[in-house]
Amino acid sequence: MINAIGLTKYYGLNCAVDNLSFNAKKGEILGFLGPNGAGKTTTMRILTGYMPPTSGQVTIGGYDVIDQSLEVRRLVGYLPESVPLYADMRVKEYLKFMSKLRKLENIDILINEILDEVGMKDRADSYIEKLSKGMRQRVGLAQALIHKPEVLILDEPTIGLDPVQIIEVRKLIQQIGKERTVLLSTHILSEAQQICDRVMIINRGRLVAEDTPEHLQKRLSGSRKVYIRVVDNPTKALSLIRNLPALETASLNEKNQIEFENPVDKDLRATVAKTLVSADIGLIEMQIEKANLEDVFLQLTQSDNSNASIGNEYALHDNNSELESQENYLKSLDNSKEN
Amino acid sequence: MRNLWTIAKKEFESFFHSAIAYVIGVVIFLSLGIYFYILLSYGVRYQSYVPEITLLLDWILFPLFFISVPVLTMRTISDENRTGTLEIIMTAPVKDWELIVGKWLGTYLFFLSILALSWIYPFVLNLMVDPGIDQTMLIAAYFGVSLVTAAMTAIGIFVSSIFKNPIPALLATLGLMILFWIISAPANYTSGFVSKLLDYLSMTGHYYSSFYRGIIDLKDAIYYITLTIFALFLGTRVIEARRWK
Repeated sequence: MINAIGLTKYYGLNCAVDNLSFNAKKGEILGFLGPNGAGKTTTMRILTGYMPPTSGQVTIGGYDVIDQSLEVRRLVGYLPESVPLYADMRVKEYLKFMSKLRKLENIDILINEILDEVGMKDRADSYIEKLSKGMRQRVGLAQALIHKPEVLILDEPTIGLDPVQIIEVRKLIQQIGKERTVLLSTHILSEAQQICDRVMIINRGRLVAEDTPEHLQKRLSGSRKVYIRVVDNPTKALSLIRNLPALETASLNEKNQIEFENPVDKDLRATVAKTLVSADIGLIEMQIEKANLEDVFLQLTQSDNSNASIGNEYALHDNNSELESQENYLKSLDNSKEN
Repeated sequence: MRNLWTIAKKEFESFFHSAIAYVIGVVIFLSLGIYFYILLSYGVRYQSYVPEITLLLDWILFPLFFISVPVLTMRTISDENRTGTLEIIMTAPVKDWELIVGKWLGTYLFFLSILALSWIYPFVLNLMVDPGIDQTMLIAAYFGVSLVTAAMTAIGIFVSSIFKNPIPALLATLGLMILFWIISAPANYTSGFVSKLLDYLSMTGHYYSSFYRGIIDLKDAIYYITLTIFALFLGTRVIEARRWK
């Protein structure tokens, strides 16, 4: 649906987007994850036809964003980060105005439907300047959705909302994403993790990583710490563990847990568990440091060799099913904690 | 084409939500009313004096429009730019010229409404004076003011598209209009082509030489129409350029 090749944008001498290439399929929710100033908004502005790239090519639905800009704009629904609205208009008036600009038919019916969908039906006659931020966001979303676009581009859609509103907007996005292509940007990592089918990590205008949230979590280069708690005899447990290959550096920490670094290429947790149990030591807790998107994000955006790391990481962590199952277990733990 | 009308209608209606527009409306009609009263009183006292209705146009309406047009056009595009709504319009399937011309049309129609309402004074005067006022002169004068307003509004919209802040837009528009007003002054001190050019460019010159005198001169009308189109063209270019920055 969206196909970008070599997108580059210079503001004067400042490179905001550097040779960015990506694509988004129909019905996919693609996330742009990156720190502020990474080039997310600029990329979106290029996609929506607000500005042209310095070089590179983008097509949406087969239409080129420069040569066939009007067709692209018909296909796309866009909500900028600042949710700009006309304060002196009523909600219904505003939606009517936008519908007419898009030359829609049966405007009144469409407006009722969309207000229902975003939950603003009871405020249809309110002046926009009287609305709260969350409501304005919903009106903005309504404007972006009313023409039932095939592609929805949202710039930081949950910024500034309270937790309840955030959940609502995310639910709405997930629902929309079932039939349409959604491209959203965020710097909230858990959001990207929760909603997106695929995440692109962007830093300083460059694509640093692209994958599903699950895969990205696995791509942490480096080992992860494992914490073990035993009922009795921690010193014996420690020495047993230290005898295992690659675990010579195991130690006892202040919380009276044994900690060691689980190596990158081999998960030794089962081995450790078996060793301890067969030595009749009461193993009561084994916890692995949860690798989350935040770690991946920080690592990838702070590394200087951004281009080189992508390929290497794929090679390291692709076929580790054990890791995957443990990952899922930890994820479910986290989900229940959030609930 | 429909977009043009949608935008024009929205812009026209937005003036009725705007405090500035109401203030200006009140000032204009108050001034017109007071001046009309003075004219009538003068006429009543000195029976031979027939109040010239075009005085209303020249002394009240024209100067007030000179100030009102920049004031009301300053925020047309600069506001959209500042609040970010321009981004929404420019990413909607709306052509750049539709935006500019639509904004201009909506604003111009607002001024035309004021002009139309001010007809009440000549109308009343016509009823009171025997055998009636000079209607051709009146029509020509109004026609002229309409054309001048069209041009001034277009310039105002063009300038508004350049700035993000309405205040510089206001000052720049005022400055431009003053420039167009006094530009023919040096014509006396130059000669040949330059002199003719300066003379031609004067906005007020074209009004006072013909419309004011009751003559509808095509060449003067063309001057204003060209100026309007040129300003709107420049405005469209500015909007386009915004994309390419």
